[in-house]
Formats: sequence, C-alpha cells, structure tokens
Amino acid sequence: MSILSLFVLVPVLMIGCLFLCKDIKQIRAVMVTGASVLLILAAVLVVLFIGERAVSDATMLFVSSIVWYEPLNIAYSVGVDGISVAMLALSSIIVFTGVFSSWNMNMAKEYFLWYCLLATGVFGFFISIDLFTMFMFYEVALIPMYLLIGLWGTGKKEYSAMKLTLMLMGGSAFLLVGILGIYYTSGHTTMNLLEIADHLHIPVEHQRWIFPTTFLGFGVLGALFPFHTWSPDGHASAPTAVSMLHAGVLMKLGGYGCFRVAMYLMPEAAGELGWIFLILTGISVVYGAFGAVVQTDLKYINAYSSVSHCGLVLFAVLMMNQISMTGAVMQMLSHGLMTALFFALIGLIYGRTHTRDIREMGGLMKIMPFASACYVIAGLASLGLPGLSGFVAEMTIFVGSFQHVDLFRRVLTIVACCSIVITAVYILRTVGKILYGPVQDEHHLGLSDAAWYEKVSALGLIVAIVAMGLYPLGVSELISDSIAPIVAKLM
Amino acid sequence: MDFSNFLLMRQELSLVAVFVILFLYDVFCSDNTKKAFQPVACVLFALHTVSGFFPASMGEAFGGLYVNSHIAVLMKNILNIATMLVFLQAGHWLKTDESVHKRGEYFTIMLVTLLGMYLMVSAGNFMMLYIGIETASLPMACLAAFNKSAEKSAEAGVKYILISALSSGVMLFGMSFLYGVSGTMYFSDMKAVITIDPLLIMGFVFFFSGLAFKLSLVPFHLWTADVYEGAPTSVTAYLSVASKGAAAFALIFVLYKVFGNIEVVWNQILWWSAVITITLGNLFAVRQKDIKRFLAFSSISQAGYILLGIISGTAQGMTATAYYVLVYVFSNLAAFGVIAAVENQTKGNTSISAFDGLYRSNPRLTFVMMLAVFSLGGIPPFAGFFSKFFIFMAAANQGEYLLVFIALLNTVISLYYYLLIVKAMFIKEKNEHAADRFVTDGYNKLSLILCTVGILVIGIVSCIYNRFDSVAFGI
Repeated sequence: MSILSLFVLVPVLMIGCLFLCKDIKQIRAVMVTGASVLLILAAVLVVLFIGERAVSDATMLFVSSIVWYEPLNIAYSVGVDGISVAMLALSSIIVFTGVFSSWNMNMAKEYFLWYCLLATGVFGFFISIDLFTMFMFYEVALIPMYLLIGLWGTGKKEYSAMKLTLMLMGGSAFLLVGILGIYYTSGHTTMNLLEIADHLHIPVEHQRWIFPTTFLGFGVLGALFPFHTWSPDGHASAPTAVSMLHAGVLMKLGGYGCFRVAMYLMPEAAGELGWIFLILTGISVVYGAFGAVVQTDLKYINAYSSVSHCGLVLFAVLMMNQISMTGAVMQMLSHGLMTALFFALIGLIYGRTHTRDIREMGGLMKIMPFASACYVIAGLASLGLPGLSGFVAEMTIFVGSFQHVDLFRRVLTIVACCSIVITAVYILRTVGKILYGPVQDEHHLGLSDAAWYEKVSALGLIVAIVAMGLYPLGVSELISDSIAPIVAKLM
Repeated sequence: MDFSNFLLMRQELSLVAVFVILFLYDVFCSDNTKKAFQPVACVLFALHTVSGFFPASMGEAFGGLYVNSHIAVLMKNILNIATMLVFLQAGHWLKTDESVHKRGEYFTIMLVTLLGMYLMVSAGNFMMLYIGIETASLPMACLAAFNKSAEKSAEAGVKYILISALSSGVMLFGMSFLYGVSGTMYFSDMKAVITIDPLLIMGFVFFFSGLAFKLSLVPFHLWTADVYEGAPTSVTAYLSVASKGAAAFALIFVLYKVFGNIEVVWNQILWWSAVITITLGNLFAVRQKDIKRFLAFSSISQAGYILLGIISGTAQGMTATAYYVLVYVFSNLAAFGVIAAVENQTKGNTSISAFDGLYRSNPRLTFVMMLAVFSLGGIPPFAGFFSKFFIFMAAANQGEYLLVFIALLNTVISLYYYLLIVKAMFIKEKNEHAADRFVTDGYNKLSLILCTVGILVIGIVSCIYNRFDSVAFGI
C-alpha cells in the first residue's frame, strides 16, 4: 500500500477509535494523536516527493491502482503531483489546528466523528486520480457539513446548513453529468485522469458542454459568483473548526477540481469558453470584497473576504499561464492558512465576548493581547503585506494575469487589482474597531486571553503563513513542475 | 408428462413447501403450540432463502411458459431477502392482541404473493406473467386490509383491490392487442414477428400502464400514498420493496425479451414517465407530515430512478437495475424497520414529529435511520450512492445526459426531505408525542443489523455488482 492511502486510512481508523472512547480525555487523545500522525505524514510526503521528483519526470508520483468495479473500469487509483502534495500539507495543518480549536465541544464524540469523516473526504479527494473515487470523496466531504453546522452551529444554523448542503449538492449534480460525459466521450471508457489526459482526447463538440458543467460543479464549491450565497451563511453559522476546515480546505477542493478536471481534460473548451467564467470570477473578487465592507458580523466579513479570495483563485486559474497558475495554487495555500487563522481567532473572541458584532467590541488589544496580535497578523496577511503569504500569492497572480496582451484580460486584471484596496479597507476598519479604541463593554474587561490549546492552534497557522511568506521559492518549486504539463495542454 | 420440468422450478417448489408446512401448522396446531409460529416461519423461510443461492439448472419448462435464468434466480434471491427482512420486522406487531390470532394468515398470504412474484420474474409467456401478477396482487389486498377493524387499513385494502383490478383489466386489454398483432403469447415468438404498427403500440401502451400501476409510476401512482399509509407497516414495507422490485424485474424482462426491436417506441414513453415520476414523487414528498406517506412518495420517485436503468436497454442497464433494487431493499427496509419500532412504541403514531429528538432517547435506532435515508438519498460511502451512480452511468451510456441531469437535480430535492428526517432526529428537541427511550425486540434488531451491514457493505464490495454483471443481458 502506498503512503497516500494512509491519508484516508488514518481518519477512518480515528473514526473507529472514537467509537470506543469513553470520556473526553480519550477523545482528545485520539484526535491529537491522529491529527499529529497526519501532519507527520504530510511532512514525510513532502520530503519523499521532492526526492522522487528529482529522479522521475512522470506527471504523477506514488501512483498505485486497485481495480474496484471491473466491468465499469472503475479503480481506486491514487497519485500526487506537487499541487496535491501542497494541498495535502495544507489540509493536514488545518485539520491539526482545527482539533485544538474545538477543544471544548459539547457532544464531542459525535462532533469528532463527523469531523474525521470530513477529513477523510478531503484527503481522499486530493489523492485520487480516478474520477469516480474523486467524486465519491468529494461528496463524503460535503455531507458531514450538514450535521456539523446544524447541530453545533450558531445563529440561523438550520437554514444555513440546509442551504449549504443543497447548493453544494446541486453543484455536484452538474459535476456528475460532466464526469459521465468525460467517461463516455473520451473514446475509451475510463475514469482515470491520467489516461484521459495523456492518451485520449474528448471531441471538441462534447467539450463545449462538459467543460461548463464540470467547471460550474466545482465552481459552486469555489464560491463562483452567482452560486456563492451558501458561503457567507454557512461560514457564519458553522462552529469554529468547521469554518476553518470549510473555508480553508473545502473551498480549495473547488479550485483544485476546476483545473485538475475541467481545464486539464478539456483544454480546447477552456480556451473557447473560459472568458465567461473569467468575468464571473472577476465579479466574485470585487463583489466579495465590497460585500465584506458593509458587514458588521466578524464571521460574515471573513466569509465575504473568502468569496473574494477564492474568486481570485479561479480567476488566476482561468488566466492559464505558468505564473498565474502558480499564483493560484499559492493563493489557495495562503488563503487556506490565513482564513483558518481568522476563523480560529473569531471563534476565540466570540467564545468570550458572546458577540461577533464589531460595533459592540473595542479595545480588545488591552484585554487579550495574544489573540489580538494574532488577529493583526492574519489581517496583514490578508491584505497582502510583504513577508507574509498573501503578498506572494496575489503578486504572482497579478503579474501572471497582466502578461496577457489582450485588452480584455488586462482590464479584468486591473479591476481585480482594485480588490486589494478594498481588502485593506475592511481589514483595517475591523482591526481598528475591535482591537483598538475604547472598550465598548465593561464586561469584556474581565475576559481571559487565549488558552494553551488556542495558542497552539493560532501559532501553528502563523508559523505556516510566515514560512510561506519568507520562503515562497520552496513552494513554487514544489508546484511549478506540476503546473507545466497543465499549462502545456492549455496552450 | 415430463416431470423433469419441475426440477427447473426448484425455488418455487421450495417456497410452496414452506407455505404448506406453515399452513398445516396454522390449521392443525393448538394456540399454545403456535407460540413458536414466528420463529418457525422465519427459520423455514431463511432455509428457503439460503437454498436459493445454491447453483440451479437453467432452461425453459413447459414449452417456454416458464424460463429460469441466472439473472432470474438472482432477482428471486433479492425478493427472498426482502421478504425475510419483512418477516423479521413483523414480530412485534404480530404479538399485539388484535393480530396475534392472525399471524398464520399473515405468513401464508405473504408467501403466496411471493410465489406470484416468482412467476412474474420467470414468465416466458404473457399468460404466465398475468397469472403471476394476479397471484401477487389479490392476496396483497388482503394484507393491506389486515387490520380490518381499523378504518384506514380497510380503506387501503379496498383501494388496492379496485386499482389492481382496474390495472389488470387494462393490462389484459393490451395483451389482447398484442396477441391480435402477433398471433402468439410467447415472448420469444412474439419478438420474431412484431414490427412497429399502431395496433402494437396501443397494445404496448395498455400493457405498460398495467405494470405502471404496480410500479406506481406517475400518473398511475394515486393509490400509493393512501395504501401505504393505511396498511400495517410491515405490509407497507413489503409492498414498497418486494412488490415494486418484482414489477420492475417483470418490466425489464418483457421490454428486453419482447420489445427489444421497437426500442424507439418505448424509449420515449419511459423517458417521460421517468422524468414525471421522479419529479412529482419528490415534490409531493416534500410536503408530507406522515412518515409512511412520505416514504410512499419517496418510493414513487425511486421507481422513476429504476426506469433510468431500464431505459438504457443494455446489459449494463439490467445489472444496474437489479443492483439498484437490491440496495433499495436494504435501505428502505432499514427505514421501515425503524418506523415499525417507533410506531409500536408511540401507539401507532407515524407522523414525522414522532421522530423529534430521537437521537437523545434512542441513538442506535437514529443511527440506522440516518444510514437508511442517506443511502436512499445517494450519499457516499453508503450503498445508495453506488447504485445511483451505476444507474446514471447506464443511462448516460445511451447518451441520455439530459435525463440524468434532471434525475440528479431531483436527488438534490430528495436530499432536502431526507435531511428533514435527519434534522428531526438530531437537531430538534423532543416533544410530547415523540418516542421515549425503548428497547427494540430481537427480531427487528436482527433485521436492522442485517440492513445496516447491507447498506455499509454492498457498495464497497464490488463482487456483488460483478456477479450481476456476469449474468445480465441486454436487448
């Protein structure tokens, strides 16, 4: 069995262990051990991958395949390239920190059961190179959200949970039709991504309908403009760790799927029809940023900011050149980390102040200095301060996008660039309002700063953000080899 | 006369043997000895079910009236499993005062309907098919009206008998046309002579309508909700899986064996009935307050999905259909098993609000119910995901992408109402009508464990699908 299958096996084993747990201490022990194992696995995988990459020039490494449904040519196939390795690393960091952020949940056993199932789906998705297993894991990751939000959420949780689940399932309806189209029109009924990309070709007239359906299917999860409405409600109602995982990792499934499946397998149609989605993503970027400006609930602000940043991922992907796509992957990593940090801190603050309304908070810097300092760092990363991850990612995206000589793409790039300014507006406003100035509510004066487990969670994410900001070359070297074949197909 | 023909009918004979033993037991034994009726019936039927899995000889009997094939045996095994699970679930209900003296009737009548379903599956001639359908339908009306002192149950029985008489009439009318066109009642002979002509199309439409009643396709579905609601829960469960499954199997055999040459005709009909059935079934299910009515509409839309497999006309389609029914048996019976348990506890309250806050009082039952509705809704990694995926694959193979897409959008709607159940059980607070903590009886427990294992395992283990695939045939 390859190392990749362990990523699925470990969460499944965790589920099994959780069933046997009797009290909260055992549950925590299981979760911390499991999440640490995943983190170590991811680190080992990165090292192994870099070693293997140097000697091999295959598209995917660590490929292994087990025939599953033989008559239908469905197999359990796994394999990774640099992008999936980066995504696996991101997921394991967020799963790890998420465990610490949900240290004191009620009904912890059930909560972590669903949490592990969610993790199984996420990891399974990133290691799969078979469309069937990929789609299966994708749906496995979606359904726990309903109960996680519906049971442990806050506010209008039932509405949000239902909305999120149904919209994402609607997206997967588009996706499944697209997958079946790929399966039957590629000329050889196979679900294997590599086989289709390397040896087969989907006729262009079929690509014209398969590309939009698949892109839309994944795009819904990536908060593509008219289908983004699940995201603010969902993120605002979800419990802390679920928001972290959902905004940090699950939304990346959308971006990842868009280029891994929709664009990689249907390059001609992507070239022809990409402009429609480019406009939509451009709207996402700007609209999301403006949306964040008018919100007063911390989670809504961050959720709209996620719409904007994830829009930027899809925007960069659709620009279809080496630099912008590198930027897209970096933006996925960067946004995943900083949005998780944001949600972790918002959860921390909300757990103490019992409000998320920025008008009812102020002067928190004096009351909880650690959490506030972390919040400032997250904010600076989000608005793209050099030295933190956000700068690297956005810089790369805009440089890459502006390389196109045609007017349409350049204008769109300029429009998307404006989002940086708007981001600064809402980040600085929030930071100024809640962290500085007079204390709004005297009850807040007695609040405690972050507990040790919350510190672990925040520090873990900050280390990753700073590391990526200071050494972006490492990341771009990890992924650039993997982007080259995709870009080559799109040219 | 050549008695070796009977050897081909091994499953039927074994079923009749079980029936005769139980019948004699019921008639000649004292009330005291009849206390063991349920275990005896279950054990005998379990033996019969197991015997179905041993290799049997294949071929035609009685000049082609009766055909035994590998796929038919598999389908009969699916029906056996369904019946077995229903028998187990009926235990608690049959012990109540009003039905305890009628348990013999319950088991024997069930077995007779099952015999009819066997004949439907194995028919090689329209007369045989008709006899099978009648044998399956008439006793079913008795079962629906089993609680004859209850108004709703009696009403269900009357509705069922009237509708089934009507549909049989329509079907016979269609068969007479078919006979008029082809001059034969045998499937194989008819296939050789039919061509597309108006009389034949008319005959086909009438015949199809008759079967559509059994499958409860829209617009022939009107009886479903009332009968499902009124009939005793275990009969409803049986009606929704075994009766529906047998009708689907009969339809697929007739379409593939007889009308394979005129696919253009029935393709359109099936396309539209699938779309309408799935959509309307789903939309009506959304507004139901009673869980049995709710599952009635959900089962209507499930029948629409079954058509997606049939429409493809390929071996892959037949495999997907049989597999779908198998998974549906486990998922739906898991749901009905929980309903039966809750109903016994709440004194016949079957409204969805009886499930409010069930998680707090009965976590295990809730777990099973959740698996059941997730599987019905097609959520991985449960079996329902795989069966839906394969049925969509089969339809897409014929280029029916639009149909698949409509069906997929409908799965989103269906997910909405399935999640309402999950929401009631997990998120809502317990109300005064809701079930308290209770212990399910052993038989039902066993059936629920079997269903859970089925839901979890059938999808992951591919050998079951592969076995179906190896024996299925297309047009």
